[in-house]
Amino acid sequence: MAEAKTSRNDGTASDIVKMSDLRFAWPGVRKFQISIDEFALATRSRTLLLGPSGSGKSTLLSLLCGIATPQSGRIELLGTEITCLGNAARDRFRAEHIGVIFQMFNLLPYGSPVDNVILPLSFAAERRKRAQACHNARTEAKRILCDLGIEGDLLNGAACELSVGQQQRVAAARALIGSPELIVADEPTSALDKVREGSFLDLLFAQVEAAGSTLIVVSHDQTLAPHFDQVLLLNEIVRPEPQP
Amino acid sequence: MTLIRLAIRSLGNRWLTALLTVLAIAVSVVLLLGVEKVRTGAKSSFANTISGTDLIIGARSGGVQLLLYSVFRIGNATNNMTWRSYQAISEHPEIAWTVPLSLGDNHHGFRVLGTQPGYFVRYKYRRNQTLKFNSGKPFSDLFDAVLGADVAAELGYKVGDPIIVAHGIGKIRTAEHDDKPFRVSGVLAKTGTPVDRTVHVGLEAIEAIHIDWRSGRRRQDLSVTADDVRKMKLKPKAVTAVMVGLKSRLSAFKVQRYVNTYRSEPLSAILPGATLYELWALIETAETALSIVSLMVVVTAILGMITMILATLNERRREIAILRSVGAGPRTVIGLLLLEAGILTFAGVITGVLTTYALLYSVRPVVDKVYGLYLEITPPSSFELLALGMIVIGGVIAGLFPALRAYKRSLTDGMTVRN
Repeated sequence: MAEAKTSRNDGTASDIVKMSDLRFAWPGVRKFQISIDEFALATRSRTLLLGPSGSGKSTLLSLLCGIATPQSGRIELLGTEITCLGNAARDRFRAEHIGVIFQMFNLLPYGSPVDNVILPLSFAAERRKRAQACHNARTEAKRILCDLGIEGDLLNGAACELSVGQQQRVAAARALIGSPELIVADEPTSALDKVREGSFLDLLFAQVEAAGSTLIVVSHDQTLAPHFDQVLLLNEIVRPEPQP
Repeated sequence: MTLIRLAIRSLGNRWLTALLTVLAIAVSVVLLLGVEKVRTGAKSSFANTISGTDLIIGARSGGVQLLLYSVFRIGNATNNMTWRSYQAISEHPEIAWTVPLSLGDNHHGFRVLGTQPGYFVRYKYRRNQTLKFNSGKPFSDLFDAVLGADVAAELGYKVGDPIIVAHGIGKIRTAEHDDKPFRVSGVLAKTGTPVDRTVHVGLEAIEAIHIDWRSGRRRQDLSVTADDVRKMKLKPKAVTAVMVGLKSRLSAFKVQRYVNTYRSEPLSAILPGATLYELWALIETAETALSIVSLMVVVTAILGMITMILATLNERRREIAILRSVGAGPRTVIGLLLLEAGILTFAGVITGVLTTYALLYSVRPVVDKVYGLYLEITPPSSFELLALGMIVIGGVIAGLFPALRAYKRSLTDGMTVRN
């Protein structure tokens, strides 16, 4: 943490994400409510969002991706206020512009790595076009997977038969295909050892750089901080609401 | 991956539970279709048994009973009709032809029918088809016998073989008319009617084999050999029933009334088609009960499918969260589960239909042999197709419940499922 640069971006024209006056509680879950007064992410930045377990990291990502909608407040992504979009439009927006890497990778176990990687393209026409700019979607998926070290027989086997590190790279390839503007990663290295963690982040950053995407990673692991050009502390952004 | 591929792969991932669900639905479809096929098959088998006969006359009894024993060889006549009455009625100006039938003996459990050679011309089945001979010809000698296709096939008889008729109609072997053996003169082609399981002999032959019998026993004081009986002038004393063809069908009710009010003897005349309807009305309650049971089985199978989908929902929360994170909306999630329900139901229905036909094909000879019911294998009727369509639609609609639940959960799960 000591070497990391911590800063608050309160919003500029070049921000990819802007949140303001946000209030949110999961439907039917009264115990957990959060509010965010101001939050912004600069375009093409690599941000680490640090916070302990249960502090609302995943909730923040759900809001950011438009999977959860706040009770009040604004969330702007790429200049579009996603809180004003209907459900279907918000889903399409997410598919087109956001790639997600999960803590537990969350691959469809019955799909091959290639099937898993091209999955988001089923829901995003523009992203599919971008992915197919040079070759077809499967070839592009294989290219990204090869860049991340998944090749040969591994490409067509079942995803559930891959090692932890390999699954993590497939999850990253899925988020990267079609070069979405925003890559969101929820504890992406929590299942990896320190050696693999570093090499995975290097590969991820290289791909993010090549795609020209913005990266936000949430984690409780402070040792990741040196890899990022911006580190934010969740408790400085998210304010717990008093219990009703 | 398209939604269909996704649904199929997801099901493949849970193949055992999916297979059991498909089997449960298939079993219910087999039951539903099986009951329907047997019901309609039995009806058409009955309806196709007799054709071109305008009236059936017998001793006074219920119409259904007369039809059953005279045409379907089910049950027994309560009484016989005298030969004199038969002759008198045959001369009615509206009657074109008559064929007398005399039942009461058997050969290895197969009914023996005494009749006249005209039977092979006048008896018609399944839309006016006439009887055809596989081999041989109608009886010309007093002790000639014509076998139905099943009798010949089951007992291995061919033209020229001797057969001995037993007294009575029980399956238990009783006293035999072994002093007057018959000879097979012809074997009929398969008809899918009780004719296949009948041994046909001349009316005079029935008289001949009973000439030295009284009250169901061989007389001790009289013995007539086969050669002696050939020299005798044989005249039947009674017949069991008479098949009647009219000059005009318009006179059916008139002749029926004439027979029903015949003074010399209490007789009944029935219109075979109208009496079949009476028979359907009798068994309608049983049919309805069977249909209700089949429907209940279908409902149970669909409930089982809902249970299966609901039970797997928890383990699928992560799958749904993944789909949502990559841009799948609630509609896709709901669509996926509905598609899954549709695939399961459709697979169950197809499996059920194929199994039903396989079963029908394999049990048809047994049903034909044991119950004398010839089940025709026909494509699904419009009613059956409608019922199958309703099952698929019902299955998809039933899938809506777990689908909505999955959607609701996907809203509260967000992107993270820790199960």
